[in-house]
Amino acid sequence: MARDTQRHKLLGRRALILGVGQALLGTALVGRLYQLQVVEQSRYRVLADENRINIRLLVPPRGRIFDRFNTTLADNRQNYRVVVVPEQTSDMQATLTALASLIAVSDADIHRVLRDVKRLHPFIPVEVRSNLSWEEMSRIEVAIPELPGVSIEQGLLRNYPFGPTAAHVLGYVAAVTEKDLTGDPLLELPDFRIGKSGVEKAEDLKLRGTAGTSQVEVNAYGRVVRELARYEGQPGQDVIVAFDMAMQDFAMKRCAGETAASCVLLDAVTGDVLAMVSSPSFDPMLFTTGLTPAKWHELSTDPRNPLTDKATAGQYPPGSTFKPMVAMAALESGAITPETVINCPGYIKLGDATFHCWRAGGHGPLRLHDAIEKSCDVFFYETSRRTGIDHIAAMARRFGFGAPLGLDIPGEKGGLMPTPAWKLATTGTPWQQGETLITGIGQGSVLATPLQVATMAARLVTGRAVVPHVVRPSGLMPVGGDPHPRVFRQLGVSSSAVALVLSGMNAVVNDPGGTAYAERIADPAFAMGGKSGTSQVRRITPYEREHGLLKEDDVPWKDRDHALFVGFAPVTAPRYVCAVVVEHGGGGSSVAGPLVRDILYEVQRRDPGRRIPQPGPVAEQNKNGSPATPVNGSG
Amino acid sequence: MASLSPNLGHRELTFADKLRGIRWDLIALITAISCAGFAALYSAANGSLQPWSERQMIRFAFAFLPMIAVALIDIRHWYRLSYWIYGIALALVVAVDLRGFVGMGAQRWIDLGVIQLQPSEVMKVALVLALARHFNALGSEEAVRLRALVLPLLLIVVPVGLVLKQPDLGTAVMLLANGAVLLFLAGVRVWVFGAGALAAAAAAPVAWSMLRGYQRSRLYTFIDPSADPLGAGYHILQSKIALGSGGLFGKGFLLGTQTHLSFLPEKQTDFIFTIIAEEFGLIGGLTLLALYTIVVAYGFAIALRSRNQFGRLLGLGLATNFFLYVFINTAMVIGLLPVVGVPLPLISYGGTAMVTVMLGFGLLMNVSIHRDVRISRLGESQLG
Repeated sequence: MARDTQRHKLLGRRALILGVGQALLGTALVGRLYQLQVVEQSRYRVLADENRINIRLLVPPRGRIFDRFNTTLADNRQNYRVVVVPEQTSDMQATLTALASLIAVSDADIHRVLRDVKRLHPFIPVEVRSNLSWEEMSRIEVAIPELPGVSIEQGLLRNYPFGPTAAHVLGYVAAVTEKDLTGDPLLELPDFRIGKSGVEKAEDLKLRGTAGTSQVEVNAYGRVVRELARYEGQPGQDVIVAFDMAMQDFAMKRCAGETAASCVLLDAVTGDVLAMVSSPSFDPMLFTTGLTPAKWHELSTDPRNPLTDKATAGQYPPGSTFKPMVAMAALESGAITPETVINCPGYIKLGDATFHCWRAGGHGPLRLHDAIEKSCDVFFYETSRRTGIDHIAAMARRFGFGAPLGLDIPGEKGGLMPTPAWKLATTGTPWQQGETLITGIGQGSVLATPLQVATMAARLVTGRAVVPHVVRPSGLMPVGGDPHPRVFRQLGVSSSAVALVLSGMNAVVNDPGGTAYAERIADPAFAMGGKSGTSQVRRITPYEREHGLLKEDDVPWKDRDHALFVGFAPVTAPRYVCAVVVEHGGGGSSVAGPLVRDILYEVQRRDPGRRIPQPGPVAEQNKNGSPATPVNGSG
Repeated sequence: MASLSPNLGHRELTFADKLRGIRWDLIALITAISCAGFAALYSAANGSLQPWSERQMIRFAFAFLPMIAVALIDIRHWYRLSYWIYGIALALVVAVDLRGFVGMGAQRWIDLGVIQLQPSEVMKVALVLALARHFNALGSEEAVRLRALVLPLLLIVVPVGLVLKQPDLGTAVMLLANGAVLLFLAGVRVWVFGAGALAAAAAAPVAWSMLRGYQRSRLYTFIDPSADPLGAGYHILQSKIALGSGGLFGKGFLLGTQTHLSFLPEKQTDFIFTIIAEEFGLIGGLTLLALYTIVVAYGFAIALRSRNQFGRLLGLGLATNFFLYVFINTAMVIGLLPVVGVPLPLISYGGTAMVTVMLGFGLLMNVSIHRDVRISRLGESQLG
């Protein structure tokens, strides 16, 4: 016990020393805290105010768009713009007024800035104007000390080397609107543009990339003091489209000769959209930089609808280009045989109504092959009557009519394939047999897009359910064609029926009695087959018919017939199909036919589906420095 | 030293006696400090229970009953188990050195599947237990002999070396300091410490060569933090700005500008004191330090009332361990010590430290409950 008492005393003494020591150390802590938080408080207050760490987003460069031969169709170029950070300026109105005295800032710009300021986070810079000239930039730079929160930033602007040539398919980019906001912080940036139509919209997430971040230390005035950390984002990926831009340019130039026209050129085997034109077009750069209200008014009220992609969203009565569908339905349903003869006296009577053939005197007795060649209306009235609307509608649907085809860019329309059930549901009135007859010549309620007409031809020549597509997932076009082309499923229609219809369409162009003999391609190796169509926009009254008051020139433009033509080539082993619609152009074979002829000739010469073409005139015009001679697939 | 209930020393404690002996006032203090921690973690997450505050609460709740259980188990069991616990802790430290995974650039964790254990935290309590047991068995004359110092020095130096290798400078410093304090309390002569200090000074160049690059730069930075404001000095400079701008009364709960700007990647762990001091100012910081001081003083009082040397050394060792946590952490946050990586006990986010600190309080209450028990060398009780 004594031993324990002794060591307890020792421990007590030493514990006291320990306690005093700890108390001294604790006092040091208190003293230091007092020094920091009371004595030097004001100094650290200032440091804290100057010491703000901001996360800034690094905008990834948008992916570029190339055609199948690596021609640049969309890229980015430098753009200088003036921005203002709301939280760094006390009086936004005054700042904007001061800025407007230096450079041209419209009232609309000021209005937009004030609106955006309310909508966005206060630390997000709001763009006042872009596309600054060097002179404007220097004027602002000099005045920057009197302009709190204003700075000049460098950004990238979307650039389309071919301008309007492929505007509808490539689409355009424009400022983000309220309904585009998804939570991606990139979308809140003032200079950010997202795809609003076409490939730019369809592939937007791929082209957009992901934001990087830069952690910067900024002082109380928002000036960046230094960068603390940087995380590079993911640049947008490039997209390859199936276009052959030389063909697109060629088709565009051909269509531009008409008031309003559209054209679809497909590789029938692969479904590649080689060219797709809607004329007149627009300059996609207008949307990138911001459209003026006047320009917007001009574009949106133009009767030729430059903003609508007529190739995919223009819906027309297909006229006689629909007759191959009636022929297929009739043969497959057994309503007629290839040998069935129908007499055409120039008209047919159904009840009280009379249905006229386009040829006043009639064609006399003929079989299906000749009826297609001569586009006899009476033959197809009678064939439709025998076949029935339901068989015709079902066949047309198999060939792509009546519903969107599922093209990989937005905005595609589905046309209309009328049936008795559809009519009862929409109008409440029963189907009349007369409607079957006029549907049989592609008139009445039936509507189709040029893309659907071209797809019909592609499906006829391949016997497969070809679906057209704009984007090439397999990348650039390799030498000698795609090694593993996509194979579409069989349509399951009889090949003898298809052969008969195609032979009729061959005769349309290449037989002296055909309706489009004048539009044939002379070189037999490049010969095309096809079918013309003329779709009525306005009913011909019996009075007009009787008095022959039907000269096209007498009719206002918007009441004239649409001219259609769909062709395929080469006729021996079809590879390319092309459909053209000339709005209010008049006769199908004489107006639309030459366009299809020229385009199909040119595409066979270049043969973009199988091999690398020679450097064409378009590639040379490509100012962007991308290779004029397309490189091979590894590109 | 008069016992509060003289009769207790002469018979075995009943379970009811033990329950009555639990220091609820100490538990209230611990809970109050932990609650300050939950609030600080809530603020660190910009006003959210996720991801830290809620999990910290769960850990506190989980550790609570084991803490009580530790307090109730007979102190002689702990006495007998002391070396075993030390051995297990040492094995865990070795295991971490061998195959712990690299977390935070340093091997400190061992993945037990359910939880990630940080053995060096366990070692802090285990070392106190082992040293207390060793010196309990020695008289004051024996403790003074140099030969008797061999075992305790080994008990201290081996884990210090292992922890330093991980590398965990903070824990190494704490183990070394606490070991020295226990030697001092056990009666080791003062000149021995003087000699030890000289030896340490002589060994300093060797130790310097063993330090990792970042540890050296932290020491440099400690000497002149403004020399490298974006690198190693960044933490400490930003921490001082946050504290200093907090002022006397602070900026208000959740209103700290500096701590919320994410300038410190580890604001929820070692630098959590800055959040409290920025948002509640000097008043808040001092209040917290006062609570800690009361806890440490409580530990001293419990230890000095114990009638056995094991209890006294254990109590003082645990109190000192707690003090070292608070002192080193706070001193490094306010720029008095280099940044060495020591959490603020009961407040910093981290499971192992939370649990071991609370189990340490369990042992402290155990000392209090069993203050009249006599412990022989082998751990049998000596009544009367």
